[in-house]
Amino acid sequence: MTEAVRKALPSLHQRNDPLASTDAQKRILGKENGLARFEDRLDRSGLSPLTTTGIEVLQINVGRLCNQTCRHCHVDAGPDRTEIMTMETAEACVRALERTDIPVVDITGGAPELHPTFRYLVAEAKRLGRHVMDRCNLTVLNLRPQADLVDFLSDHEVEVVASLPYYQPRQTDAQRGDGVFEGSIAALRKLNAAGYAQGNGRRLTLVYNPVGAYLPPKQAAIEGDFKRELKRRHDVDIDAVYTITNMPISRFLEFLIRTGNYEGYMRKLIDAYNPAAVAGVMCRTMVSVGWDGTLYDCDFNQMLDLPVTAEAGRHIADFDPAKHVGRRVVTGRHCFGCTAGAGSSCGGVTA
Amino acid sequence: MTETYYDPKDLPRFAEMSEGSPELWDKFIGYYNAVFQEGALSEREKALIALAVASAVQCPYCIDAWTQGALEKGSNLEQMTEAIHVANAIRGGASLAHGVQMKNVLAKVSM
Repeated sequence: MTEAVRKALPSLHQRNDPLASTDAQKRILGKENGLARFEDRLDRSGLSPLTTTGIEVLQINVGRLCNQTCRHCHVDAGPDRTEIMTMETAEACVRALERTDIPVVDITGGAPELHPTFRYLVAEAKRLGRHVMDRCNLTVLNLRPQADLVDFLSDHEVEVVASLPYYQPRQTDAQRGDGVFEGSIAALRKLNAAGYAQGNGRRLTLVYNPVGAYLPPKQAAIEGDFKRELKRRHDVDIDAVYTITNMPISRFLEFLIRTGNYEGYMRKLIDAYNPAAVAGVMCRTMVSVGWDGTLYDCDFNQMLDLPVTAEAGRHIADFDPAKHVGRRVVTGRHCFGCTAGAGSSCGGVTA
Repeated sequence: MTETYYDPKDLPRFAEMSEGSPELWDKFIGYYNAVFQEGALSEREKALIALAVASAVQCPYCIDAWTQGALEKGSNLEQMTEAIHVANAIRGGASLAHGVQMKNVLAKVSM
């Protein structure tokens, strides 16, 4: 365990919290309580059914093991989790890539770098000429067994998409654990020293999530703040900031319920429903692979055990790209998290 | 349950004020939304002014709405606290400046 995560909370799974069950989460999200249905809003805006336009991103979630236990984590990841992708499943991902020209491979977790298939997937995706993104929690770069990780990422020109909810310690540590801000800044400096965000193609993007039950600010505005303040306070360079709305599932759902914010937050998401944001939601151009090879429309559906429609085929070993063009997306009330305001996706705003 | 004049559940009912005079409501809400658009001032600066004014007029609905509004424009605790201090300084300063009237009256009635 690193110094950076000394006061991390256990996962819902480890706490035996009822919300560790996806059925319990789906029951809560399914309750009407005067809350609109996502499908009705899609219908009313003439956008139903929601379908894919074509697959541009293969997102691979290699598993739930993580060195952090962030309070808003939609994966319920943590050091106690044992769901880890096998090499056999990783090889099936590579075979699926070989059969397609999907341009982007987005690797997430957990902390994907701690997983045994991570470097294999990066190397194979790069061999196939694909752009690779690593969803990085930053402190993983400070772990002693990962001493060569920054060089590995840099050598393979992997885009690092790293979580940092604010440019101040208080908010960052409140969401991600005591000392995480300090560890994150140390990691960002290592990335800069290795050439990241220095204008040579090694791209470093930060992800902003609100530290509480409210919507993110405008992406361009907060990106300006991050760039200015990280440079001024810490001499750190970044290329971009993506804003991502917190999804009302898993540990963020537990936070909302425990603090009496659930209904207010859901109303906020629903009131901010923006049909213009629907066009760009990530599920329309993505297929998401779970640690056991199951296919999902997105990482959030993955964490709610909502696999892709059966007609598309539900395992990476049987992946047929043709079946994912025009694939009908599985939706639920949680989808309001991606269509509120300027929209939210793994690539930031959508509208 | 204790009955109070203020109830957080009333805030989302604000739009019910359109009943009885929808034309005036539409004018108000159109104006209101236009005020908070980015202009010579940024949306964040306007949100911080709104928060400070909410504090000065002591409107619990507005404080609830504009605390969240300021956060949703990327503000932080330090900026929001300074905004409240601005409201406080003007309120306190206004009381103190009226002290000059006290001095005027004192001068007039005193020998």
